[in-house]
Amino acid sequence: MKLVSLALAAVLLTTVAAVSTLPSARAQTPAPAGLTLLSSAGRRTLPTTIAGDHEMIALDDLAPALQLSLRDDPLAGGMTVTYKGKRIALMPDQPIASVGARLVALPAPVLRSGKRWLVPVEFIDRALALVYDSRLDFRKASHLVVIGELRVPRLVIRQEMQGNLARLTFDTSPKTANTIAQDANRLLVRFDADALDVTMPAAPAAPGLVDALRVVEPGNAVAVLLGPKFGSFRASLVPTDAASARVVVDLLPAGALVVPPAPPPPPPPAPAPPPTDAGAPPVAAGFRTIVIDPGHGGAEEGARGPSGLLEKDLTLDVARKLKAAIENRLGLHALLTRDADATVSLDDRAAFANNNKADLFISLHVNASLRRDVRGAEVFYLSPEGLTQAQQAAATTASLPALGGGSREIDLILWEVAQTQHLAESAAFAAIVEAQLRSRVPMSGRPVQQAPFRVLVGANMPAVLVEMGFVTNTDQEQALASDQFQDAVVQALFDAVVRFRDARAGSPRSPGLR
Amino acid sequence: MTATRAFGLILLVLLVAAIGVVLIVVAPQWYAARRPPVRAGAPAADAVATRKIRATLFYVSEDGKRLVPVEREVPYGEGVVEQAKRIVEAEIADAPAPLVSAMPPGTRVRAVYVSDKGDAFIDFSHELVAAHPGGSLNELLTVYAVVDALTANLPAVRAVQLLVDGREVDTLAGHVDLRRPLSKSSIVLND
Repeated sequence: MKLVSLALAAVLLTTVAAVSTLPSARAQTPAPAGLTLLSSAGRRTLPTTIAGDHEMIALDDLAPALQLSLRDDPLAGGMTVTYKGKRIALMPDQPIASVGARLVALPAPVLRSGKRWLVPVEFIDRALALVYDSRLDFRKASHLVVIGELRVPRLVIRQEMQGNLARLTFDTSPKTANTIAQDANRLLVRFDADALDVTMPAAPAAPGLVDALRVVEPGNAVAVLLGPKFGSFRASLVPTDAASARVVVDLLPAGALVVPPAPPPPPPPAPAPPPTDAGAPPVAAGFRTIVIDPGHGGAEEGARGPSGLLEKDLTLDVARKLKAAIENRLGLHALLTRDADATVSLDDRAAFANNNKADLFISLHVNASLRRDVRGAEVFYLSPEGLTQAQQAAATTASLPALGGGSREIDLILWEVAQTQHLAESAAFAAIVEAQLRSRVPMSGRPVQQAPFRVLVGANMPAVLVEMGFVTNTDQEQALASDQFQDAVVQALFDAVVRFRDARAGSPRSPGLR
Repeated sequence: MTATRAFGLILLVLLVAAIGVVLIVVAPQWYAARRPPVRAGAPAADAVATRKIRATLFYVSEDGKRLVPVEREVPYGEGVVEQAKRIVEAEIADAPAPLVSAMPPGTRVRAVYVSDKGDAFIDFSHELVAAHPGGSLNELLTVYAVVDALTANLPAVRAVQLLVDGREVDTLAGHVDLRRPLSKSSIVLND
């Protein structure tokens, strides 16, 4: 009894503490930038709040912007969010949302402060996106929510001095056509898009040549405000991969000789290059989300190298790089099953991928052997060992009695055996990954294998487990820790994702992969 | 006071019970055992202790990547359960050089059960997990050294599930699904 009341008191205390930090959080920490909602109707910004290290948004603010209706449930103490008849139920202090018949994990608990309800910003893509009519594309890094089929490429601008010229690099993904024109004392770089998701340097690094960079109305162009030393410019397209585009603009001081700059690119000379072709392949219908699983973590260290390098750290490093590559260069969602040194159960990892409706699941690991000289990468997909025929057959359709009589067909998929539906595609993806790895890193003598791996069993999408190398081999341990090796693995997996997506796009039901 | 008396009483009861057991159960057996040795060549107990069977055991190959079958002598066990225990204990013991055992050092077999359907449940001590070197290759080798040794030598065993400290475990080191009995590996550990 004493223990129970102690626990209750602790829960109460933490709740009170969490709620009481809400108003003061604004005063103490700099107010977060808020979320920008972009839709065909325009742009609006909603305020956000930091609570318990997490960025939260008030349902009151979200509701009018996204046509949600809110209803307090005084009996249960919960909140029901309704969108076009579809409901999401929330409970205070619970890090979950109940969407239809599914439970969705949120990264922080829902908070209630008087009449105000605060949800983690991820509520938008983890819960709302599941019931929303049009696409809800939440870009956490840029605090952007893109509603519907708007073209909002990511644009990263970098600037550097090269001798006396200033070089600006514009990277877009997906590939987006652009025009560049000089207009009095500014250079306008306009993109064929509805809006831009821009990352750019805060302060100009080219005194006298560039005064500032600004996004200008209606939001699809960047103005380079030119300084007094500016004389002329030249722009060139740099070939990259199919999914992204790069334009390099060199600004030269007045009176400077037009000397070709040191290293990069082919220079089709000065003003206004022809608009580039928007040549990005059409995104495969429904191919939007990739879940990357950094193996082990927290108390589960995984394998250990001779000098003490841990599998859990290596897998997280590579997973973060792969996520950045996929998001920046492909414009797809890439989610990590863990983004910290945390213990996450194998079932939760697969469930996370299922809840986020991932189209692909990649689990990253490094291997260990009792023999120091074993080395090389391996790609695994599931061998459904031990699953009986009955269990495998259960993963088919079933007829359920429906409310009001009759019956309806539903896809009945036991998570225990979800992967058995996707074995053919998983095998195809494993082969693609192996081919991409082979040209970049050492492979083991058995480069593609099947095994009854727990993390793959419940994944309801094509899924592979990649062993990047043997950390127990001294040479490979060093290599695995290097950027060079990690980048090679990331590039291989990135290329494999592109190929798999394109193969799917070519054949909607992917007969080529079956 | 009363506690001491109660304790004394319990001791007395135990003593009487022990004497009873000796008189009723053990003594007749001693008596019986003394009479027949005339016919048997050697005492039966010794025969069981030294009797061996030949069994195929599985060890990690010299290159570290495969399981290699090796014919070895294993103590005889009465019935499937006992024999299964002896075989797994032999898997844990030292391997003939240059091969090595796939079992983590210090691992013990706590108990063995075999169901009517032919599923064997081998309950290991916690060292199976705690002392495991990690890595999916090592984990596959450990799991299938046990599974293959039992299914290869005991026709009554169809599939094998590994338990640790009397409980089901998700995996040994974060990879191989141990929620259900596994049958002889179809994966390429012994090519």
